[in-house]
Parts: sequence; C-alpha cells; structure tokens
Amino acid sequence: MSKSRPKHLDLTKIRFPVMAIVSGMHRISGAVLFLFIPLLLWLLQQSLSTPQTFEAFKSAVSGPLLKLILLGLLWAFLHHLCAGIRHLALDLDRGTELGAARASSQAVLVVSIGLTLVAGAMLW
Amino acid sequence: MVNRQVVGAHYGLRDWLAQRVTAVVMAIYTLLFLAMLVGMPKLDYPHWKVLWALPAVRYATLLFLLSLFIHAWVGMRNIFMDYIKPTNLRLVLYVVVILSLVWYAVWAVQILWSA
Repeated sequence: MSKSRPKHLDLTKIRFPVMAIVSGMHRISGAVLFLFIPLLLWLLQQSLSTPQTFEAFKSAVSGPLLKLILLGLLWAFLHHLCAGIRHLALDLDRGTELGAARASSQAVLVVSIGLTLVAGAMLW
Repeated sequence: MVNRQVVGAHYGLRDWLAQRVTAVVMAIYTLLFLAMLVGMPKLDYPHWKVLWALPAVRYATLLFLLSLFIHAWVGMRNIFMDYIKPTNLRLVLYVVVILSLVWYAVWAVQILWSA
C-alpha cells in the first residue's frame, strides 16, 4: 500500500514557518553585531577623546552612509534583543504552544522593525 | 548508581547559562543607559564627558562589555560549530574570535578610563 503523502517539494510552495525565520535572523543579527563591535568601540572612543574628535564623530554619524549602517545595526540589535527575550520565555516554558510561538515570532518582527523605524524617523 | 557521561565536553550547560545571564545583564544595562540618555539636559561634549567620568557609568559599561564579549564568544562558537566542518579552519576561527574579544576588552578599558 503506497500512501500519497502531501510531499511539498515544489520550491515555490515551500515556506519557512515564521518561527524559523525569526530564529535564523537571531543568528544572523548576532553575527553582524559581532562583526561591527570594532566600529562601535571606535565611535565611542572618537566621541570621548577630545572636543575635536567629538565634533568629527558628530559629523561622521550624521553622514548618510554611517547613519544607514548604524540604523541597520540598531535593527539587528533590536531584533536580537526581542528574539532573545522570546527565547528566555521559551526556556521558562512560556509560549511553547504552536499558536503562541507563532504569535510571539510575529511580535518580534513587528516590534523590532517598528522601533527601528521610530528611531530612524527621530534620527533623520 | 550509574554515572553516565554522554558527551566528552562538559561545557554545554555552563555556556547555555552564561549566554542567558550575560543577555539579562545587557538588557538591563540597555534600559538604564537609554533612561540616562533621555535624562541628559544637553548632548554636547562637556555633558557627555561628565557622564562617562562617573564611576557607576564606567563600571556598568565595563560589565556590559565583558558580558557582550562572553555572549559573543558563545554565539560565534555555536555558529562555527554548526557551519565550519574542517577542524583546522574551525580552530583558527576560534582563535581569531578569542583574540579579537580579548583585544576589544583591553581597548574598552582604555576607552573608559581615559575618558
């Protein structure tokens, strides 16, 4: 007896569940944040060294390129933070049901993108 | 009683815990730092300088950064364990990450205490 299982090998139909997307983005955002640690430390150093480097820091972070990079890093940070808080809740056995897990994943995406847009609007 | 060791390396639980403890430290610091930024009367160089000369800010930031570096080590090691199969390359990458993080820690102390 051969069962005809619903094999979704059609690449246009296969979808990652939102939990998997959030989980993958947690990892990618973490790696990106690691790679940009030296830039952020350098910026902190510039802002503190002398009044001249402080002014240079201010004009550098108001340039479009660095501003865009920092906004991207802010998104990575916020996503990592929100997904991390969700992870801690899962560790404590909260929200492990399918519906709750899906809803909290969507919340992570919405909240982190929303906060990034708010910060972007304020900084721009 | 059978005391069974199913894995050769015993760092699993320790690193799992370190990852979470450092995460909580960083989350709390983020909220406090944000509150402090909002509470600043003016964001110019003298005010900025005074803020970073406060011992509480220096030590809290150092705690945050050391937590970050431990957290980053566990995370990067996990990523390399999952994706980098050749042992030689993986060990080289571990060493690069460790040395980078140690360098950042020294640099951070230098930034915080010369400010």
